Amino acid sequence: MIEIGLGHYLSLGAIIFFLGIIGIFLNRKNVIVILMSIELILLSVNINLISFSIFSGDIVGQIFTMLILTVAAAEAAIGLAIIVIYYRNKGSIRVEDIHGMKG
Amino acid sequence: MIFHSIFFYFFSIIAIFSSLMVITSRSTINSVFFLILDFISVSCLFIMVGAEFLGMILLIVYVGAVAVLFLFVVMMLNVAEQKQSWFIGQKTTHLPTGLIVSLLILLELLVVVGGWKYKEDFMSSSTLVLSEVSNTHQLGLVMYTDYILFFQIAGIILLLSMIGAILLTFRERTGVKKQSYFRQISRNPKSAVELIDVESNKGVKIDD
Repeated sequence: MIEIGLGHYLSLGAIIFFLGIIGIFLNRKNVIVILMSIELILLSVNINLISFSIFSGDIVGQIFTMLILTVAAAEAAIGLAIIVIYYRNKGSIRVEDIHGMKG
Repeated sequence: MIFHSIFFYFFSIIAIFSSLMVITSRSTINSVFFLILDFISVSCLFIMVGAEFLGMILLIVYVGAVAVLFLFVVMMLNVAEQKQSWFIGQKTTHLPTGLIVSLLILLELLVVVGGWKYKEDFMSSSTLVLSEVSNTHQLGLVMYTDYILFFQIAGIILLLSMIGAILLTFRERTGVKKQSYFRQISRNPKSAVELIDVESNKGVKIDD
């Protein structure tokens, strides 16, 4: 309990990952919260990589974390641009209203 | 040792609480606030555990760019369907959450800045590997030599996402007067200026 090891950090990452996945399914309001859940999932992956990198003394994990940060920023920019043009065309971004592809 | 566990539990409890609030809060703006709080908690955790550069990058890139981008989009799309603005009007519903989140962020930053001085004491006793070279220096030594290809590919990904976002949200507006750069540049004095000798007592007919 007092001794903080690798397992504590991995547990924190697992809990945030779980909350992000729950957020994708729980959400019925709009698409922006789904994008935020994806950001939570990427954050938990970053926690895992950084804790492994620190506790095993290898710097390469932090480099992969930086690449994940890059991809996450690109994904957020593209996703929000898609949401903006969807709202401009359809006038709503509610999850129930998005059924144009009959999926 | 005890300080490490205190820091860890403090930041991780705030992180888990705020990520729970992200997925369950009713207003989208409150979700963005708690997302910012979550990122700041995790970046404080990174700073305390010894990955200072990535903690700072998380603060700058995520809190400074991505979360504010989310906030802009939420306010632009008006999904919260709020009729009043933030401070004018009877219902200022986002003010208490914003105050709570910003107070928590201030508390976390105080804890990190205060704990930074004693970082060596409580970290060196654990299993962490501390070297005399700083974290940023280490990262740069590896990133610009062994992983230069990944670094360049990351730059190309950012460029592509920028072009994609601009192209997606671009729309042609009608009735707006614009410069035509090509016509402007391709004029030369021969076609633009005409020199006429004007005789006295006779006018010059222009614009025919």
